[in-house]
Formats: sequence, C-alpha cells, structure tokens
Amino acid sequence: MLTGNYAAAHGARLARVEVVPVYPITPQTHIMEKMAAFIENGELDAEFVPVESEHSAMAVAIAAQATGARTFTASSSQGLVYMHENLFVASGLRLPVVMAMVNRTIGPPTTICPDLSDSLDQRDTGWIQIYTESAQEAHDMIIQAYRIGEDERVLLPVAICFEGMIISHYMEPVEILDQQKVDLFLPPYRPEHVILDPDRPMSVHQLILDDSYFTEYRYQQQVAMEAAKGVIQEVDETFGEAFGRRYGGLISTEKMEDAEVALLTLGSMASTTRAVVNQLRKDEGIPIGLVKLRAFRPFPDLELRESLSNLKAVAVLERDVSIGAGGTVYIELAHCLNKRHDSPLLTNYIMGLGGRDVTFEEIKDIALNLFEERDAEVVANPVRWYQVRGL
Amino acid sequence: MRNLADTLSKEEIFGSGHALCPGCPGGMIFRWITKSLGKDSILSMGATCLGLPTNVYPSAVEIPCIYIAMAPAPAAVSGISAAIKVFKRKGRIRPDRKINVFAVSGDGSSGDIGLACLSGAAERNDDGIYFCFDNEAYMNTGIQRSGLTPQFSWTTSTLKGKAEKKKDLPRIMAAHDIPYVATVSVGYPEDFIGKIEKARDMEPGFKYFHIHAPCPTGWRFPESKTVEVARLAVETGFWTLYEVDHGSTRITYQPSKLRPVMDYLQLQGRFEGLSDENIRELQRGIDERWEHQSL
Repeated sequence: MLTGNYAAAHGARLARVEVVPVYPITPQTHIMEKMAAFIENGELDAEFVPVESEHSAMAVAIAAQATGARTFTASSSQGLVYMHENLFVASGLRLPVVMAMVNRTIGPPTTICPDLSDSLDQRDTGWIQIYTESAQEAHDMIIQAYRIGEDERVLLPVAICFEGMIISHYMEPVEILDQQKVDLFLPPYRPEHVILDPDRPMSVHQLILDDSYFTEYRYQQQVAMEAAKGVIQEVDETFGEAFGRRYGGLISTEKMEDAEVALLTLGSMASTTRAVVNQLRKDEGIPIGLVKLRAFRPFPDLELRESLSNLKAVAVLERDVSIGAGGTVYIELAHCLNKRHDSPLLTNYIMGLGGRDVTFEEIKDIALNLFEERDAEVVANPVRWYQVRGL
Repeated sequence: MRNLADTLSKEEIFGSGHALCPGCPGGMIFRWITKSLGKDSILSMGATCLGLPTNVYPSAVEIPCIYIAMAPAPAAVSGISAAIKVFKRKGRIRPDRKINVFAVSGDGSSGDIGLACLSGAAERNDDGIYFCFDNEAYMNTGIQRSGLTPQFSWTTSTLKGKAEKKKDLPRIMAAHDIPYVATVSVGYPEDFIGKIEKARDMEPGFKYFHIHAPCPTGWRFPESKTVEVARLAVETGFWTLYEVDHGSTRITYQPSKLRPVMDYLQLQGRFEGLSDENIRELQRGIDERWEHQSL
C-alpha cells in the first residue's frame, strides 16, 4: 500500500535519477522527503539539492540536466507558478527534465486541496503533460516519462500530473516495479545535443539581436511535440509488453463503440465517471461512453476527433477554469472538434474547484442531462458552473 | 610586484569581437577570469553586461556556457556542480579532475532579483566561484537604479539622485560563512587575479567575488578614464579591497593616505547634482570607516 506521492518517488528512484532539486510545498512534500531519504539511505546514488525556491529548483534541474544528469523534481500550485519562467527554459533548451506536478488549487483563497488550474496554467511552456488517475499510474508514468522525454525525436521535459490529497495522500495497492526490468526498459541518459562539457564547449541559450532563427527554433519544439504523440503511444505499448499494464497512450476510451454521448474528463474524476458510465449502461441502457484525456500536451486532436466526431453530444467535466472563457480542456476540445461540420454538441461542466468533492450523483445528473439534450441543435449556455452554491 | 604579462596564461578563451560599450571594463575582467580559471571550466551566465561578450549570437567563449534567466545564475552553479559530483562518484568523470564551475552576474541580478537564489547557493556551500559585476545600476536596460546604486547617484529612475544607500552585498555574502569572499577592482589587476587563483585552488565550496566595475556609459565619464575612475574609487576610500578568507578579514590594499572623495565624484556625470552637504555626508561616512578600519 502506497500513497501517490510515495509511488511517484519510487518511480523516480527506479529511473535512477541523478540530481534532485526540490522545494517543499503541500501536497507534494512527501515526494521531496522520500527522495531525500532514498539518497541519504544509499538506495539511490544521486545529489539532493535542497533549494531555496521552486524557481531555483527548476534552474538547478535545467543546469544539471544540461550537464548530462538525469533530474527529477516535484511541485504544486503556487510553487509551480513561481517556477513558471524556468519551465519555458527547460523546454526551449530541449532538456528532458521530469517533474511530478501534484495538483493543488492556486489561491486566493489559499487552499491545499486540488484542482488542475496549476498545471493547466503551464500549458504554453512547451512541457509534455500527462494526467494520471491512480498511484499506480503515477508510478508507472514517472518511469515512462523519462523514456518519452529522452527519445531523440522528442527531447522535451515531461510533467506527470496527479491531484493532491485525492491521489497524493490516499493509500492504494501499488506494484513497485523491479529495478532490473526498469533498467532494461530505460537505458542511462547520455545526451548528444545540448551538453555542458569542457571537452566540447558550446554556448547554451543565447541572445539573438536579429530575426536569424527564432521562428525555426520554436517550430522545432512544435515538431518535437507532434512527434511525442507517436512516442507516447509507442512507450505505452513497450511498457505494456515489459510490465503487463497499458494505459492507452494519449487518451483512453471505454464503452465508446456504440455510444451516442460521452463524458470526457481527466485525472481522478475519471474513476467516478467510469462508475457512472458503467451503471448507466448496465441499469438504464443509456449508450454512454467515457473518454479519459491522458496527454494534455501534446493535445491529442486527431485521436479525440476520431473518438468523438460521430457522437451526438459530449460533456467535458473538469476541475479547472480559464476565467472569462471556460474550462481549459473544453476550450481546446472545442477548437479541435470545430474543424469538422459534424461535431457533437459540446457542453462543459466546471466542478471540483478548490478540491470540492465531485460525487457519483452529480456526475450521474450531468450524464442524464447530456443524454436528454443530445439532439438539441444548439445550447444557450455550454459552459456550466455546476456546483455554485446559492445559484 | 608580480608581472602579469609573464604569469597569466597566454591562452585566449574569450575571443576577439564583442558587444561591450567602448571603455567597458568587462572585456579586461572577463579575460582575467577566464585566463585564471582555464579551459576546464563551465560558466553559468546571469543577466549582466558581461553576458554580452559571451552570449550574443554568434559570439561565444571557448568554454561551455549556459544562461537560464535573470535570477538563477547561482542555482545553475549548484546544478552543474551537483551533476559533476555524481559523475565523479559514478566514474563518468575522473575523480581527480578539477572542473571550475563559475558564474558571472550583475549587481541587480545578484543583489536584487536573485538575492534569495545567491543566498541559497551560498548557504548550501555549493561548489563554484561567483562573480558579481557591479556597475551600480541596471545598465543593460539603460541605467535604472538597483539596490547597489550608491546614494545620491543619478540614474534614469532616480533623476534627482538616489535617496537610499548602497546595499552592502559582499558583507551579506560574508555573513553566510562561506570559504571565501573578496572585493576586487578593475584598477588593481594583481590583487584581482591573485584572489581568483586563491579561490580556484581552495577546497570545494562557494566563493564570492564582488567586482567594482566603472561604467563610462552609465556613470557618464570619458571612456578613456575607466581605470582612473576605478583607482580613484579605492584611493578615496569609496571602495575597499578586502577578502574574507575562512572568516578572517583582511584589507588587501591600503592607500597610504585617502584622497578626498570629491576627486572620485567630480569625474562622473552621475554625481553632478550633488550638493555640498551631500558630498560632506559621503566624506564623513568614509572618514568614519577609515578611522575605525572597518569595512
């Protein structure tokens, strides 16, 4: 039995990370403590750098990774926002740093409970983001993250996201992978591109005073992000062969073959949503399916279009909001589905903010409403603040 | 006196052609640092005018160099030296190989936006030499006041002169109890280079250098007078050359008699607006320090 935090820390240990700079913040702190203990006990040959801020945590990770070391860090909420500037640098320098982003709401009001607005706020930084719904998935994905990020076709940093408290603190049965098997799955990190080595001097991250190559530089990051789509799928398959668990890569779908409507969500809400879908199928015969978004960056536009295009209606359930627009995932999904004329009716439920519990009954209510309005031409209010008290 | 031409390495790590202003002491300083530390070095560049010779495409230095952002040059030292430490344990680098990790950053990036980061690296005593290139204002953005701008100085954000005193960063760094802290000046190369060599040959740990770097553009003096201004700062007691070597403080250059501070101020346009009372106040401060032989 392990918490999500400990499961993630064991993943990093098995990946044989070499430099671990972390600054404490709830709900991530157990990861930091566990990594410090692994290193102090001699279970992991690495340097622990107890930095004075998250901004420096990412800077240390960038510099160590650029020197050729495999690095790992973790953060949450305000801390993640504080390191925001350096996230662009890790990606721009094509350094496959891996971070556990343990989701926690950004204040005010300050709360230590989860929503996804902290990691989703990092969407434009050029990091791969994968959302997980269990401690086991977090454990497995930390290991996969190195294989994905370090792939020559990708070379991008990777964030494995899971909700604080709900996943970070609750205990679940977790299979800790075998070190020898992980070593076969994940070879040592030996970078060929960016490297700070006196025998091979190079200047990394320069100032350009003209328009000589900036656009092409960014474009290469985009190409790498596109390539990551295939690599995430490949690594999911290879991991499945080695360890017997597959997660579906960019998205995972359930009961979608004959579905007329679907609920799309990510993170821990997928578990409750799955239970609702199963019950509605079984007891009420409603043709409803579940789409769990795993990769948010790269955004799986083709896969989502393929799964959702022929449906009558889709509701996006998410623990986040881009104030003034709607749920971040909904906005992106609308953008990708509207490329086709036969798009399903799309609605968005903002819920679970600040860690508010999302119940089976609530999701069931949403699902029934979705089925009810599946044939509507348009809806007046696609973005719905579902849990606002007093409305 | 030591003949630098004979003892300093002939190897040029900082190549010709750079984007520094005419008269900037950065070119000289960067050559002294890189020649003293040699090619088996890794440079963490912060936000500073000294980034211009190394980090403007397509110019480069012949040692590996990384820039992350304005504040975190000290954290990059920590990251690089942590990686080297692991590699030595794992046999990826020979354990006896000495790679000099060093950082260069400015007064604003070291003492204002990056102060927590600098303090963190020093408190952890991570291995590296940190050089603060103090030209006493945000010069790359066009002469705005920093916490290290001296009192009464004109900048583009203190048009009537800065009201507050200069933040004493080297003493803040000495309070971290790191192996070595030194103040240096472009006017005293023997003192400067001797201190770099001393820090280079010490045990692993965090060493801090504070470089007094007169800026013709920002301080408004003729570009031919950089070294003269630097020397007058020391000869008037406006700037003191000292070191704190494992806790023991020593003034490394003592003028036999202090010249009046006016000799230093009058060369610079940034002090043009000073009243007689301002000048007397500055002189009083220097005299008191001198009398008590304090820093």
